[in-house]
Amino acid sequence: MTAISTSEALSRVTERAGEPQFNLRRKPRLSEKIIQGFLFVCGAISILTTLGIVFVLGRESLLFFGSPEVSLLEFFTKTTWQPAIGEFGIWPLVTATMVTTVIAMLVAVPLGLSIAIYLSEYASARARSILKPVLEILVGIPTVVYGYFALTFVTPILREIFGKNTVEIYNTAAAGLVMGIMILPMVSSMSEDALAAVPRSLREAAYALGATKLEASVQVVAPAALSGIFAAFIIAVSRAIGETMIVAIAAGAGPAFTLNPFRAAETMTGHIVRISGGDLSYDSIDYNSLFAIGLLLFLMTLSLNLISRWVVQRFREVYE
Amino acid sequence: MNSNMNGQARYPSPEQNGDFAHNAPARHRTASAWHVAFQLSTIVGILALIALLYNITTQTFGLVAVKSRVDPASLAIDGVPLEELSKEQLIAILENNISKGVMRRLERDQPFAERSRENVYNLVLERVVEMEIVRSWTLPESLFQRQAIEAEVKDKYPGARLQFRSWLNWDFVRSSQSSVPARAGVFTALQGTLWMILITMLIAFPIGVGAAIYLEEYAADNIFSRIIETNINNLAGVPSIIYGMLGLAIFVRSLEPLTSGTLFGFADPTTANGRTILSAALTMALLILPVIIINAREAIRAVPRSLREASYGLGATKWQTVWSHVLPNALPGILTGTILAVSRAIGETAPLVVVGASTFVALDPNGPFSKFTALPIQIYQWTARPQDQFRNIAAAAILVLLILLITLNATAVLLRNRFSRRY
Repeated sequence: MTAISTSEALSRVTERAGEPQFNLRRKPRLSEKIIQGFLFVCGAISILTTLGIVFVLGRESLLFFGSPEVSLLEFFTKTTWQPAIGEFGIWPLVTATMVTTVIAMLVAVPLGLSIAIYLSEYASARARSILKPVLEILVGIPTVVYGYFALTFVTPILREIFGKNTVEIYNTAAAGLVMGIMILPMVSSMSEDALAAVPRSLREAAYALGATKLEASVQVVAPAALSGIFAAFIIAVSRAIGETMIVAIAAGAGPAFTLNPFRAAETMTGHIVRISGGDLSYDSIDYNSLFAIGLLLFLMTLSLNLISRWVVQRFREVYE
Repeated sequence: MNSNMNGQARYPSPEQNGDFAHNAPARHRTASAWHVAFQLSTIVGILALIALLYNITTQTFGLVAVKSRVDPASLAIDGVPLEELSKEQLIAILENNISKGVMRRLERDQPFAERSRENVYNLVLERVVEMEIVRSWTLPESLFQRQAIEAEVKDKYPGARLQFRSWLNWDFVRSSQSSVPARAGVFTALQGTLWMILITMLIAFPIGVGAAIYLEEYAADNIFSRIIETNINNLAGVPSIIYGMLGLAIFVRSLEPLTSGTLFGFADPTTANGRTILSAALTMALLILPVIIINAREAIRAVPRSLREASYGLGATKWQTVWSHVLPNALPGILTGTILAVSRAIGETAPLVVVGASTFVALDPNGPFSKFTALPIQIYQWTARPQDQFRNIAAAAILVLLILLITLNATAVLLRNRFSRRY
């Protein structure tokens, strides 16, 4: 209790000097503690959310795999998903997801990277200040709008080009193409950030050696920014896998084991939305199966996100 | 920056310089070609955006062929057209044209004394005139193939009138759901969206800002706060449909007594289940929480350290400093981030479908425990219908949604420009 006596002594000193009194002892303030506690809880809610996701997906998936109609082996090996007749093979849903994702990446990667190089290396400041915000409008458009676009604009065009017999009304090609447009601005802006972070001196050195603008951009700047660009691609894949409304509207309803992009097929997300949008009774095998698909989806996107962060940390070139 | 344009001129020719630059012209031609390719990619991106907006606009406006059982002009009384008749006159028209039984049923649904003129007018259109749009065309078709359309109408729909229609109009914004596309509107969906956003914000804003304050001002740099941080970044990458499943299992199912309102005695006994506005708002709050936290943290971090030191120097406590100095200075940034999060929540569809926003709701939502539908859900439902006219109203609803989002984003930009301070 020496602290108290010191402060008492101190206050006596100030009193004696005829000055205003201060109590310099640090007051325990209950309200401060309560507020800090509340703020801590706010921060912890994010942890609870993650735990909630893992718990919910895990528990329902365990119920699903625990039921006698399902076996883990068949889930990962069979190629029919027909809950009505007790066939639970995840492959049709996974292949559809793969087809849409691959098509989306075929659109988004070359275009996105070209746009990033153009904006970062070629465009004047004025052109960039106009083009960037225009492209960013694409980010703000809700995915249901993209779905509408895929179904009412892209699909008719595809049917016109390839023939109505080849291309079904619902097809994964249209969904994939539009999904590519949707993730395009994300790829381009993340890649552009990576390119812009490469120091000017590297470009100058390349020019000094007689490189053209293209050679400087593609052989010097892009490799230096590779970790960032690669991370952008991985995040884009993760976004494409988790994208729901475009495929729910345009890719088709009903699982089909096919790699033909002109046929209708249902992705994992599309299946979850269609089944849960209908009349669904809790504790049915249908209900539990959705969570098993959800768990797979969650693990896929989570691992992609983690890989992308690891790539950035591990392979980032740090200059200066 | 145009070295590739006149590359040949700037380099010595092979004859002068031997082998050193013999391939320079070819290299510069490649460079120019790729320059054009990069430019074209950018143009393709912008063309995609233009195509999207074009598609929606052309579906919203265009010619329609209208058929009616009774010509509305014949219902005019003393030269006053139908649209301007009083409520009493409209009721008289109804009584003259439909059977007593139907009249009694309408009276039972809602007494005529309580109905608005608007409502009675719509009844007349629905029951007496029986106006029906038999076919619709998109804007380019209407503009450039007018003759062909007129011929088709004469041929296939005798008696139908051809008229220009904007599917997006005031009636569309003000009327509730209907199974007939021409009379359907987004009012119910719009109310559902607004209710949901209101509650989402009441939950997510304080929690998000609180978490940001904790992480920026209070948390020590220990394992726990690093876990929270990594976790928030990971949550931002979780697909929205997973949040929908979380909401379905936790809010709709496990917390059903709370979210259906039975716990508070508010529940509508006919529909008491957890698929309510409250469940959707809670789900959406969890979904946008990472976005709010990340943006709010950035805004708080931008407040200079000197402001805090000055406050501490005057004897303020930690919370006094945060509340009176850090927050007011960070507020514009926090609000901008929040508005962006809200516009994301407004457009999210998948989690709402999973949580179970109803597809057809006859009554407008009137509180957190109502069944509801939302604007994107409505668009999804209409798009999924095969008939052309549902495409038209889906496009009109998309325009309503986009206008709402543009307004919000413009507000965010204005806020940022108006209040941003530099230290």
